Amino acid sequence: MARITAGVTTSHIPAVGAAIDMHRTSEDYWKAMFAGYEFSKKWIADEKPDVVIIIYNDHASYFGMDIMPTFAIGIADSFNICDEGYGPRPVPVVEGHSGLATHLAASLITDDFDMTVLNLLEVDHGLTVPLSLMFGEPDKWPVKVIPIPVNVVMYPQPSGERCLSIGKAIRKAVQDYDEDLSVQVWGTGGMSHQIQGARAGLINAPWDSKFMDDLINEPETLQFKPHLEYMVEAGSEGVELIMWLIMRGALGPEVETVHRFYHVPASNTAVGHLILKPKE
Amino acid sequence: MKPNFKQFDDIPGTTIFTIEKARQGFELNQFCMSLRSLENRTRWLADEKKYISEWNLTPEQEQAVLDRDFQKMLDCGGNVYFLSKIFATDGLSYVQAVSTMTEFNEEEYKAMMLAGGRNIEGWRSKKERGEK
Repeated sequence: MARITAGVTTSHIPAVGAAIDMHRTSEDYWKAMFAGYEFSKKWIADEKPDVVIIIYNDHASYFGMDIMPTFAIGIADSFNICDEGYGPRPVPVVEGHSGLATHLAASLITDDFDMTVLNLLEVDHGLTVPLSLMFGEPDKWPVKVIPIPVNVVMYPQPSGERCLSIGKAIRKAVQDYDEDLSVQVWGTGGMSHQIQGARAGLINAPWDSKFMDDLINEPETLQFKPHLEYMVEAGSEGVELIMWLIMRGALGPEVETVHRFYHVPASNTAVGHLILKPKE
Repeated sequence: MKPNFKQFDDIPGTTIFTIEKARQGFELNQFCMSLRSLENRTRWLADEKKYISEWNLTPEQEQAVLDRDFQKMLDCGGNVYFLSKIFATDGLSYVQAVSTMTEFNEEEYKAMMLAGGRNIEGWRSKKERGEK
């Protein structure tokens, strides 16, 4: 049987991808941030998950405004890398796991989550930067990936309650899959940042820290935090953090913290990173 | 449930990209999406006015793009992830483009970020700031 073995959260800042691609990670500006992922790279090399379900948002890279799905799932065998205006990142093509992905899509729809099913999808920095942070620069990604893009760009975004509950449904669906697979769920984006308007550059470290605490210990309370609070306290783009709730829902009621890291700044953003394991 | 678009109006220096704004900015944002291909970026840089005339932008949106006035583009329904295709094509980073919407120049903005970012105190509410 497939099982969810761990959850990871991480920011997915495009400049972090650029720093990796241009081999600038040891520069003074970047080295403290990348140091926070050294543990994670060693940890995941030992864990060797078979599949990673990555909760992320597309940044006007594949989806325009012609189609804007609230929750979508990529069920293809492979996903090419988007050109976001700078040319595609020089990273390997992302391989899917269409067996688990089709099962997951069908389970979620049966559970009343109206997923948009993607047989074609190109992935952007929201998905590839977390892969680079966790796996470095391999010739081929060492895991299969199931992309779950979530609309966090256009209001109304899905509610926190909806995000936590789809996470719980993902957990159940994975456990119902017959193949013996170690599956991780990653929630990406955040932490506090605002990249538009006169208030751009906003960082709220105390709020971010409390969010991490609550995500670990109080997800049932945290799910009711309104979008307005994310936008006021963590910046207009800080609302991406609702995607971390999906990861948390997939881990079950209690978790153990394996790794916790926070750093300001990377580009315009506060970097937050957690590795959590479900308590059986 | 009735959507509440007004709830964001009191956040200072912030334009929330609501479904209403998305409707207003549809053509502008689709124009931005076209710059995901190298071929279109090349055509755009060769003759901006000719390229942009092929889209149904309002005169205000068109001028804001040609002026690289990102705040104005937000006001006209643009969203920063779409607008990033314009500044990426110009060879600018997010930090470089985003700083133009603030009271700081690029170096001052970078210094603020290195010092821990913009402090939220005083930036929660227009009312508290005496703004409309």
